[in-house]
Amino acid sequence: MVERSVARFAAARVSSRLAPLRLDTARDEPKQPGPGWQRVRPVLAGICGSDLATVDGRSSRWFEPIVSFPFVPGHEVVGLLDDGRRVVVEPVLKCATRAVTPACGMCAAGRTNLCERIAFGDLEPGLQTGYCTDTGGGWSEAMVAHDSQLHPVPDAMTDEAAVMVEPAACAVHAARQGPSGATGTAAVIGAGTLGLLTVAALRRSAAPPRLLVAAAKHPHQRHLVAELGADEVCAPGELERVLRRATRSLAAGRQLTGGVAAVFDCVGSAASLAQALRVAAPGGTIVLVGMPGPTLVDLTPLWQREVTLRGAYAYERADFEAAFGLVAEADLGRLVSARYPLERYRHALDHAAAAGRRASVKVAFAPGKDH
Amino acid sequence: MPRPGFVLDVDSSTPPLLFWHGEQFRLQRLPPGSRVIYPPEPLDPLPDPDAAIRHALLNPTGDSQPLPTLLRPGMRLTICFDDISLPLPPMKRPDNRQRVVEAVLDMAAEAGVDDVVLLAALGLHRRMTEPELRHALGDRVYDAFAPSGRLTQFDAEDPAGVTHLGTTESGEDVEISARAAHSDLVVYVNINLVAMDGGHKSLSTGISSYRSLRHHHNVRTLQNTRSLMDRHHSALHSSAWRIGRHIAASGVKVFQIETTLNTNTFPDQFGFLSKREWEWKARDRVSYMAVSASLDRTPAKIRRSIFQGIDAPYQMTSVQAGEVEAVHELTLENLHRQQLVEVSGQTDILTMGVPFVGPYNVNSIMNPILVACGSLGYFFNLYRGRPLVREGGVLIVHHPTPWNFHPVHHPSYIDFFEQVLAETTDPLVLEAKFEEAFATDPWYVHLYRTSYAYHGVHPFYMWYWCAHALQHLGGVIVVGGDAKAVRRLGFKPASTLTDALEMASDVVGRDPSISHLHAPPLLIADVR
Repeated sequence: MVERSVARFAAARVSSRLAPLRLDTARDEPKQPGPGWQRVRPVLAGICGSDLATVDGRSSRWFEPIVSFPFVPGHEVVGLLDDGRRVVVEPVLKCATRAVTPACGMCAAGRTNLCERIAFGDLEPGLQTGYCTDTGGGWSEAMVAHDSQLHPVPDAMTDEAAVMVEPAACAVHAARQGPSGATGTAAVIGAGTLGLLTVAALRRSAAPPRLLVAAAKHPHQRHLVAELGADEVCAPGELERVLRRATRSLAAGRQLTGGVAAVFDCVGSAASLAQALRVAAPGGTIVLVGMPGPTLVDLTPLWQREVTLRGAYAYERADFEAAFGLVAEADLGRLVSARYPLERYRHALDHAAAAGRRASVKVAFAPGKDH
Repeated sequence: MPRPGFVLDVDSSTPPLLFWHGEQFRLQRLPPGSRVIYPPEPLDPLPDPDAAIRHALLNPTGDSQPLPTLLRPGMRLTICFDDISLPLPPMKRPDNRQRVVEAVLDMAAEAGVDDVVLLAALGLHRRMTEPELRHALGDRVYDAFAPSGRLTQFDAEDPAGVTHLGTTESGEDVEISARAAHSDLVVYVNINLVAMDGGHKSLSTGISSYRSLRHHHNVRTLQNTRSLMDRHHSALHSSAWRIGRHIAASGVKVFQIETTLNTNTFPDQFGFLSKREWEWKARDRVSYMAVSASLDRTPAKIRRSIFQGIDAPYQMTSVQAGEVEAVHELTLENLHRQQLVEVSGQTDILTMGVPFVGPYNVNSIMNPILVACGSLGYFFNLYRGRPLVREGGVLIVHHPTPWNFHPVHHPSYIDFFEQVLAETTDPLVLEAKFEEAFATDPWYVHLYRTSYAYHGVHPFYMWYWCAHALQHLGGVIVVGGDAKAVRRLGFKPASTLTDALEMASDVVGRDPSISHLHAPPLLIADVR
């Protein structure tokens, strides 16, 4: 459970080790908010980069009005309903979930990830399950989910594969945010879970890029990202040179005169965004896939080269459904590297935070399993 | 009387032996029974090089008239000269090229030739800087020609600057400098530091385009070049000869002037480098200790500038002029007189130290690809007959092999090292998959033409230069190198020579024969 501590916000200014949020153990199961809600007993619940940022207090304060404390983290969830059915939870707490009528314009248009009512309706504020005090989250033995959030898991799909569906849906959605008919060149910066999945999604999209280059830091990431569909893989520091050559661009200083049509920043740091701006072609698009925070970046190239910067947050229902296919086709269940019982949460979080260095990809909790 | 080359049998009384280690040195003990191959001592130089040059120009060899009779008013004369890659290290002024070019220009002036252009025959090498041109040609020549634009450097990527002269009987494209192709006379001024250079190779590489070069600068050719120092057993030279003969048959008249140098390679303060260790006097030992200790404490960048500042006290041992092939045969005779060392039989393990400079890092950085080329491309090929090391044997190389590149001189090398060698070190595979993209990359072309960059394809040629050795050897171990860089090259790193010999025993057995190539100064092992 994550609680807010005002004193720690001040302390965090002195030392980032003094995070403004506090982890504690939740004792009570969340109550079912109303009709259409089900109890879900998580089988596997992934640890995502945004969870880690929340836990150690690096998240943007933008989220303050759209989360409610205390909350139980965990939005990548495969679990069991009381009737024994296995489901994956689509965590976005949209109008349908919140019993908001009429639905907002975005939900009405099917763009539920952009719901305008995530702080309103029958539930306390919360953009997703795992950030809302009413729903609980996947890092627990029980949580609640609305029927509108549930996706049955095919029998043939393993729990490991099922827990990858939610992040894979993010990747499917991100891949759709590139230039339409992305038959040109694309680069993916970062090869953590999101980067790997984005490469897999791009390679298997309806209009895959002609050339897909990925920058990966660690050896196992390079191996995986190539296997998932990158045409060329390089170290992050080599990306500019690789793309210059691959696109037959010239260079002026560190700037490429050309570049790639689409850059997918799956890191979300100032450095990765600055690099994305250096390698995006004039008129190109940068898709921000990794969750950013407060960032200081020189946007001059964005202006001078008319680059489009767009976010890719979560997914729509169709993305989620497509993700089931992607997970099966690319065998993404293999990316689950480690499972931890809830009581070893500190080890699990340490492992997830160092996943790259420890040759891991996805670290997950396995509540209630006999370890 | 200079002593010839020498093969020492190491015994328990043999002192530690000097190994080059880039811009540093190491003293190493080799197991008793090992051999050390020393170069011959420097031959006596020509007493009056300028007179010898004039004599050669007036008394040409082969089917050629004396130079003055080939010169007339109104003619177009192009004087090509070897570029910065020769000699190594650069020689003390006056450089052979200056002496020869001045003599040719004097004769051209006497004959009333006005249309004279100097052309640096740099092929796909980087352009030379003004100080480098002044060093090679002298200030008088530079100041007379550079301001009026008549001192030029070959640009293989200038579409208007090259002319296609057709193909040889083997289908090789012959595309050379348009200025040279359309001249009434081409004079080529060469310095033969090694047997690989000179002859028809001068024009067929120095003023030829990629379209032409790719016919002999390729993996298959280099695998069948045994060795680069023996043109009669070299597929590369056979191709160059066909191209050279085609150039002549196309009506391009060439007057070749070749010079040889003795092995007087290092100035006095580095005198110990040219001596045999057991003959070191107290002064040499003190000098070695002082130089070596101070180099070990000096930052790499300063060490580099110290070594790159060396001017070799080379002296001219011969000059011959006239028809290309006849001239080159004489050149090889003179070169062999200086460099050949008879060696009996091959060895299981060949050790060598790679020095601070090779043909492609003058005033620059010896990056890992150049370390590979220096050891497997050049030193391995310093043989005639059979390689010094047996097939399946092991090469042990001393060099720090830093992961460091000169960003101006070697931009495509960085990409080659980071991307190409990361994927494969197989010359045939990387040639097929990557060469063309690098060779035609517009950015590399731009840097080659306007900056001081080697051509985009050049790192491939460095790797092809290693192709024969890569095919022949059972393993390559680099002592004291950056482990990551060494592994990227496909070689094995070792911390010490003892470790390297232990590692080599996995390939060649527990009781291998060992030979050490004590160079530079350079030699050619005549392996019987």
